[in-house]
Amino acid sequence: MSWLVGRSTYRDMDQALHSRITLSVNGETRALPGGATVADLLAEIGLAARKVAVERNLEIVPRSQYGATVLASGDTIEIVHFIGGG
Amino acid sequence: MDGMTEMQDDLWEVAGRRFRSRLVVGTGRYKSLEETAASIAASGAEMVTVAVRRVNLSDASAPMLQDFVPPDRYTYLPNTAGCHTAQEAVRTLRLAREAGGWNLVKLEVLGPPPFLYPDMAATFEAAAALLADNFEVMVYCADDPVAAKRLEEMGCVAIMPLGAPIGSGMGVVNPYMIRAIKSQAKVPVLVDAGIGTASDAALAMELGCDAVLLNSAIAHSQDPVRMAVAMKHAVIAGRAAFLAGRMGRDYKADASSPMTGLIRQGS
Repeated sequence: MSWLVGRSTYRDMDQALHSRITLSVNGETRALPGGATVADLLAEIGLAARKVAVERNLEIVPRSQYGATVLASGDTIEIVHFIGGG
Repeated sequence: MDGMTEMQDDLWEVAGRRFRSRLVVGTGRYKSLEETAASIAASGAEMVTVAVRRVNLSDASAPMLQDFVPPDRYTYLPNTAGCHTAQEAVRTLRLAREAGGWNLVKLEVLGPPPFLYPDMAATFEAAAALLADNFEVMVYCADDPVAAKRLEEMGCVAIMPLGAPIGSGMGVVNPYMIRAIKSQAKVPVLVDAGIGTASDAALAMELGCDAVLLNSAIAHSQDPVRMAVAMKHAVIAGRAAFLAGRMGRDYKADASSPMTGLIRQGS
């Protein structure tokens, strides 16, 4: 209930929800609605969370935090999976 | 214990995990995921190496390795293929750990073409970084007994010297050094890379290695499923021959049939 705390917090939240953010995903530029989470990003791409791993600005995002991790403009996201290798 | 009983119980262990198959196979270079799955099943392998790469964003519905080589059936051994620095190796395997939930990994840091020989200075640095980050490191390395011992003393859980350069199919070109590495190791030793055909895998096992790791020898054969079967039997045969203990070598003959009781004309 952080938006009840003060007007500035409410404004930030409002802006986050109604603007779009631009970020880099696997080297490609993508735009998402403000407030989008890692889980939202995976859903938009069409990826099953259990088959991938996600790095945000060089930090691993634990799978349990996909729904709680809100993306920001300028983020660099890497989404990887296992492929054949020797 | 007789030979038959002994083979039944002949497991090997790495980082607390026990395996019956002494063949570890790569999952790369196959024509399709179907061929990958069929070949790996035919090999009898329980552990498979995998690479970590970016997801193709334009085709997220493309079939994934996990759909064909299920991680609940095979132990995935994520590798650091393509990493040239300790930093890249740690970053890649942290992602692998999150994707797979385990910390048993294959470290490989390669030098330049045409040999892709292990870059040992970079390998030591990456091994130290991974061990500090609580990874259990199976390490691809030069066939150098001093380097191998140092990696073991650092805490690597398996030592994996090359038989010959990756994908060369040249076999075990320096069996003396592989034997030397094995003779002083307290952790499992696997010949990794260079195996070309079944007899190469058998030789590696006859030298006393704990297991063999190969990929191209199956994937680049004319009939991968059949070669996978050949490799499975070669590793079993080589292991049994090692346990049995081979006969001595001699430059002169020693007849196999008794020389007494022969029928002879006129006596």
